[in-house]
Amino acid sequence: MASETHDAAGQAASTPGLPQLDLSTFGNQIFWLLVTLVVIYFVLSRIALPRIAAVMAERQGAITNDLAAAEDLKAKAVQAEQAYLKALADARTEAQTIVGQAKAEIKAELDAATAKADAEIAARAAEGEKKIAEIRANAIDSVKEVALAAAAEIVAVMGGKADAKTVGAAVADRMKG
Amino acid sequence: MATEAHGAGEPGLVFHPMDQFMVKPLFGEGAVGVFTLTNVTLWMALTVLAIFALLVLGTSRRATIPTRTQSVAELLYDFVRKMVEDVAGKDALVFFPYIMTLFLFILFANFLGLLPMAFTTTSHIAVTAVMAMMVFLTVTIVGFVKHGAGFLGLFWVSSAPLALRPVLALIEVISYFVRPVSHSIRLAGNMMAGHAVVKVFAAFAPMILISTGIGLVVTPLSILAISTIYALEVLVAFIQAYVFTILTCVYLKDALHPSH
Repeated sequence: MASETHDAAGQAASTPGLPQLDLSTFGNQIFWLLVTLVVIYFVLSRIALPRIAAVMAERQGAITNDLAAAEDLKAKAVQAEQAYLKALADARTEAQTIVGQAKAEIKAELDAATAKADAEIAARAAEGEKKIAEIRANAIDSVKEVALAAAAEIVAVMGGKADAKTVGAAVADRMKG
Repeated sequence: MATEAHGAGEPGLVFHPMDQFMVKPLFGEGAVGVFTLTNVTLWMALTVLAIFALLVLGTSRRATIPTRTQSVAELLYDFVRKMVEDVAGKDALVFFPYIMTLFLFILFANFLGLLPMAFTTTSHIAVTAVMAMMVFLTVTIVGFVKHGAGFLGLFWVSSAPLALRPVLALIEVISYFVRPVSHSIRLAGNMMAGHAVVKVFAAFAPMILISTGIGLVVTPLSILAISTIYALEVLVAFIQAYVFTILTCVYLKDALHPSH
């Protein structure tokens, strides 16, 4: 500034045309400039800048919060979806177990019924066989009796004396044979 | 702006391109004392009011979703803050209000000076020199307070060959002291030149009232020229505020980190 001041001093006298170099107004300009700058500085540093900084920080905070909330909601939605899918899968497996159980029950009942029927059939068959055997045995006895009687008659007719014991032995021997 | 170019009864064109820069008392005539209310006072007060309106009234609602005015205020805030941070570093943010003050004052003074009949405070070397000296003193004092004699390392180019260093140091010292001069004259010169050129063309504009023949050509041309230069001046008004501020940041970086 010092050099300009010297220039201005030299020229202010000779060229009244350039108001910038009119030294007599320098004091006034500098005074009002300093007043202006001080006022602006205080307005800015006390009111404007902190306020703008606060507003911008608040906005940044709001944006961050909103993003976090969105993230949260998204996670919740994913969770809900997973829960839904899990419930669905659970229901499906349960249905399958129920179906399996029912099937097993039915099969067991069927098996039991079949076994019972089989047993009954077997019992009846055994009874039948027993009766057949009895009938057969009866038949043999009757044949034996008839054979004894017939043999004794025949012997008597032939003139022999039918010894019951001998006849019996002979019939039994024949019937074996 | 052009009204006084054809004074009543005066023949021909009248050129007073520098009259717009005259510092005059607001009330009455007479000498300009230090505390006289002058057009400087008026336009600086208007600058303060404009800044107050934009940055305080404009943000008074503290809206999370900003209004237009608040957006502009936030834009300016971010613009200068980023500039300080990027150019001068994070530790320079202490000076942010100071730099913001300079930037806004120059910006608004430049733009208000573009209004017709306005007085451009930043076209005066007295104003810009004070601001440049403030920056120069701040940088020098901060440099010495932070780094002591180490701040002189700024002038000692350690990456240059040893033989060259004294020469370079001399050049660096000179360039350091020339800084406030170029810093202030760049701004005042740009503002003064642009306004003076507009005024010269404005003086040509009423040519048609003097001579219809030449006027048919000269008047439209000068009006076109005024419009063009005015548009350029709008750009310059912003760019000069920006340049002044970014240079302040660059100088401040030297003070905070003097190593080359």
